[in-house]
Amino acid sequence: MKRLQPFNQQKMKQPVKHSKKARKPKKELTIEQKITRRNFISFTIFGALSVTAFGGWRWLYKSPIEPNGITGNAHVPLRRALNKTELAFRKFFSNNHLVKTYPKSMAAKNVRHNTDIGSDSHFALADWRLNVVKANGEKLAITIEQIMDLPKTDLVFDFKCVEGWDQIQHWGGLRFADFINHFGLQDQATLDYVGMETPDKAYYVGLDMQSAMHPQTILAYELNEKPIPFNHGKPLRLIIPVKYGIKNLKRIGTITFSNQRPHDYWAEQGYDYYSGL
Amino acid sequence: MLIYWANDEYKITIFGHTYVRFFPDWYYNLLHIPQRLAEGMAFHFLFMWFFTLNGIFYVLYTIISGEWRELVPKKNSFKEAWLVLLHDLHIRKMAPPQNKYNAAQRIAYTAIIVMGVGSVITGLAIYKPVQFYYLTWICGGYHFARIIHFALTLGYVFFFIIHVVQVVLAGWNNFRSVVSGFEVINETPATIQSAKDETAG
Repeated sequence: MKRLQPFNQQKMKQPVKHSKKARKPKKELTIEQKITRRNFISFTIFGALSVTAFGGWRWLYKSPIEPNGITGNAHVPLRRALNKTELAFRKFFSNNHLVKTYPKSMAAKNVRHNTDIGSDSHFALADWRLNVVKANGEKLAITIEQIMDLPKTDLVFDFKCVEGWDQIQHWGGLRFADFINHFGLQDQATLDYVGMETPDKAYYVGLDMQSAMHPQTILAYELNEKPIPFNHGKPLRLIIPVKYGIKNLKRIGTITFSNQRPHDYWAEQGYDYYSGL
Repeated sequence: MLIYWANDEYKITIFGHTYVRFFPDWYYNLLHIPQRLAEGMAFHFLFMWFFTLNGIFYVLYTIISGEWRELVPKKNSFKEAWLVLLHDLHIRKMAPPQNKYNAAQRIAYTAIIVMGVGSVITGLAIYKPVQFYYLTWICGGYHFARIIHFALTLGYVFFFIIHVVQVVLAGWNNFRSVVSGFEVINETPATIQSAKDETAG
């Protein structure tokens, strides 16, 4: 004899509903019919869900790539998800949350070097100026001496790369917030974004103002208490611990301010624009 | 998981000799992975929502329905699970008695929830190590949290493979019961007389 064994051990109850219209009571189904019926319903639902899941995955995988703009090279729905996720997680951002710092002795002597994009072209150090372009087009040209005259901030922290590695490094320089205050750029700091570019314009990043004004964001000119070597962005580079390494631009040529997102090298290649930590 | 494929960060090295490198070159080439970190991350940061919400709903369901009683290991589960393992490997003939799930399943299905919680916590710890610094601290720092997150991911792969193999081995009636929620039991009739009218039995 066949028997249905519901897992929760309850007995299968007969429906006791009586509709107002006096209907002929339905013939009770045989066990065999019940099994077939329940199998049919279950497998239809199971099949439909499987097809939906597979179809959904195919749709996502084959979804169009976004047009090249400020961001590029990501599937349209995935880019939407990245941007929405950014909004959700930016709520947790606070300038009171500081990156963990370490004693100097823990800093790496051989500081990892990943790429030379933007800092490999011919470069005349003597001609270097930090060009600041305000939103209204006004310009400042600042020398490295002007920056080095200001109080230095040292930072020994765990530098985190989007590729997965991290390394404790010791950088020194001028806090970006101090830079803003000293050069009278407070009104610019009320805008939403900061853009930075290398002198050869080959590498560029866009930063939200909140992250740029974080107390541990520095315009660095020292690595392990010595001037930054050329391959790490001599004479001045960005160190922003609340972002992945991709945002830590080497050799700053120009700084701009805007309410629109400035262009960003890796966001154009499909990475998250925010890339915050 | 694609995130770990950008850079060979993880390897098992014992006394200076690297035994396993995550992942070997043939693995990257097989799956056409090089240069696709950004795409992998984009998928990851969409599906993290899906997996997390799915996990939350699943746990809520087991609590509300009372099904958790069938899933949580009992006192003797750990001892019994060993016997289940021996049975599954055809070393021991008898499997210990069970209700809906056997002891090994109870442990596995509870462990996977603990692993899921672990993945969410270590995930947040490495996703926003500055904002959620306390989570990063609980996980033993950024680097260690990353390793746990990675190890858990490998754990899911093993869980998945063993799980699918077990379902295939358990056969059709088991699979049907997984989908439909009931099991068909063919009872052997007690008397010879009644056996006559059973043809399907």
